[in-house]
Amino acid sequence: MSTAAEPRRSVPAARALADLKVVEFGGFAAGPAIGKHLGDHGAEVIHVESRLHLDGFRTNYPPYARNQPGTERATMFAITNNDKLGVTLNLKAAGAQAVARRLMERADVVIENFTPGTMGRLGLGHAVIRERNPGLVMLSTCNQGATGPHAGRAGFGTHLTALSGFTHLTGWPDRAPALLWGPFIDYIAVAYGVVSVLAALDERSRTGRGCNVDLSQYETGVQFLAPVMATFFASGQAPERAGNRHPTAVPHAVFPCAGPERWCAISVHDDEEWRRLRAALGSPDWAADPALDGVAGRRAAEAWLEERISGWTRARAREDVVAALRSAAVHVAPVNDMSDVFRDEQLVHRRAFRLLDHSEIGRHSVPGPSFVLPATPDCVESAAPLLGQHNREVLCGILGLSEDDVADLEAEGALE
Amino acid sequence: MPGQAVSAGRPLAGLSALDVTGQLGWLLGKILADLGVRVWKIDPPGGDPHRLEPPLLEGPAGRAGAEWVAFNAGKDRLDVDLLSAPQRVRFRDLAATSDFVFDTAAPGLLEELGIGWPQLSERNPALVMTSITPYGQDGPLARAPAGDLELMAAGGAAWLTGDSDRPPVRVTQPQAGPWASAYAAIGTLIAHHHRRATGRGQHVDASAQCAILPMLVHAPSFWETLGVNPMRAGPFLFGRNVHGAAMRNVWPCRDGYLSWALYGGPAGRQSNRGLVAWMAEKGMAPDFLLGVDWDAFDVATVTPAEVERMEAAIGPFFLTVTKRDFLEQAHARRMLGYVVAAAGEIAADPQLAARDVWRDVEVPELGRAVRLPAGWYRVAR
Repeated sequence: MSTAAEPRRSVPAARALADLKVVEFGGFAAGPAIGKHLGDHGAEVIHVESRLHLDGFRTNYPPYARNQPGTERATMFAITNNDKLGVTLNLKAAGAQAVARRLMERADVVIENFTPGTMGRLGLGHAVIRERNPGLVMLSTCNQGATGPHAGRAGFGTHLTALSGFTHLTGWPDRAPALLWGPFIDYIAVAYGVVSVLAALDERSRTGRGCNVDLSQYETGVQFLAPVMATFFASGQAPERAGNRHPTAVPHAVFPCAGPERWCAISVHDDEEWRRLRAALGSPDWAADPALDGVAGRRAAEAWLEERISGWTRARAREDVVAALRSAAVHVAPVNDMSDVFRDEQLVHRRAFRLLDHSEIGRHSVPGPSFVLPATPDCVESAAPLLGQHNREVLCGILGLSEDDVADLEAEGALE
Repeated sequence: MPGQAVSAGRPLAGLSALDVTGQLGWLLGKILADLGVRVWKIDPPGGDPHRLEPPLLEGPAGRAGAEWVAFNAGKDRLDVDLLSAPQRVRFRDLAATSDFVFDTAAPGLLEELGIGWPQLSERNPALVMTSITPYGQDGPLARAPAGDLELMAAGGAAWLTGDSDRPPVRVTQPQAGPWASAYAAIGTLIAHHHRRATGRGQHVDASAQCAILPMLVHAPSFWETLGVNPMRAGPFLFGRNVHGAAMRNVWPCRDGYLSWALYGGPAGRQSNRGLVAWMAEKGMAPDFLLGVDWDAFDVATVTPAEVERMEAAIGPFFLTVTKRDFLEQAHARRMLGYVVAAAGEIAADPQLAARDVWRDVEVPELGRAVRLPAGWYRVAR
């Protein structure tokens, strides 16, 4: 853990979102990762789930602690749900629906990523709840939005990443497209989701009125590819996947370094940078050709150039390549692997990962925010809840139910 | 929500921003402009030096880069030369009455010019200033140069992407800028929320490298939990199975590629079952596949050999299927999957048309309109 960023903590800590009460229904990333961002900054986030329909992040996503599958050992759930209160509600039971309604009636924000229409069928739609809580901001997020001919179509993030154009643009021009890791597009929609919630709350602060945001994950992906769409509409042609090549920077590639699977990225964005790179390579004879001084010449010889530079990088440790080129002010970075991201000096300095203690998983890292707010530091503090861990705290402490009420709910199966 | 009127809202109307970003931060101002903020894009005389980054769009009035057009749409433009002292006075005056300032300058540069956070916040303590840089405002790499490729590498995303027999790759359309911008928008609006309550702004320090990390999802957890270092596997999906089985997720079909995978959980089992029933109707489901008990199928514990055998039967079937067949049948049979779409297919998608996604936006630099996606923020009241 870095101490370099600690002085920021000397500012009196205010939690930016401490005034917000959030309830979330759903699973996987698309809903709960939005709630995580709010919880990371002090919001009270109540995560509603059910033992009868377990979150896929508890059941289908390794790694599990000690490589033993188990609902309380899933790190995927743990990294998505820190700093939340966990409640189990079987929303098919009338008593559970009543509890959910009461949670929603006291909430500022409700986040849900069920199939469109599900909340309405459960009597938990925005139109019903707002009669008692007109300021409620409810975010409904799904694959393709709640309206239109494909509303309600479901798919996992990897599939939607393909539908929205990213997969086609990833990989080599002479090969099949390559998959992007994980539910890539979900985390685009998560950013738009958090932004939507905060914007709707801002409007509420002026009007007193909440709203129901209909977020289509597909549409947020298309936002990120707007330049590709603009090109297509304007010219009838669109960029194709091109490995690591770039329209104007040459060379622009990933190069092998000494040792198995050690790589670095190097790019040259103008002729001056090429001269700096050449000097850093030791001004070899092959690089002296004046044709290479201009981008057209480097483009004409790009594959050959990549091969010659690879000859230099392959003979050197990745750290040495990166240090030499950084000191020459050339664009360069290591291709960090999944062990490197925990050691990268800049990521350590930024406290990119935070260590939390979980009763079943043990000590593990969760991601912190990508930004620093000096006046309102984030508060990533508590590991994700066990199933139903905070049932009593929420039902009795927050909603004021009696022990008898809770017993009735349990008898009805409402807390499954 | 179906049946209710849904319309594009402008929840942040009435707020204003000065935008002095380069490519890494263009989308931040665009996102806030989409929400109703009046965003003034501040350019040096002669315009944004990066507006001619290819691919270029052309029109009767001239040329402009597609990314510049797409990510600066909806902003107003103002020429202010920040290298001129009198113009900097003007910039300080503008910032004194603005709600936000966005920049992507090297750490410390604006402060040296007298228009950094200390100077701007002295006059306007309520200001929220968001600075996006490759690695953040401080730390050992704060001033190291990095473009899209270096950020995808340093953020770990490149490691996970590409064919196993070739080097790691980035996404051809740059992603570091959009991800840095969208995640910086979160920090910006959290700071804004705090300002509403307290009247105090702050300086949001956004790191593009850190904004790449969400792409890794649970890949770092494999290293931390099991000492496993997941890596690129071309079209295969890794990370769903305790034995390390990789499921194919991009399949060649008759007219391109589609995205489908053997999957677990109730929805995944239905998806697997739906495909096998479809294959059976076409006489292409081998007996062993018909005999699989999908209710007992567990994607997390199935062995790599079983996966390989199933996929060897599924691959030839997909080669007989068109993308259109697949989308129709996947929906009808409750299978989870979509096609690997290119721009032309996205442009023709009836769902996006029905949701009124496309807007023709006039671009003065081109002298013509360009069609862009709009309206992602939709509300029902």
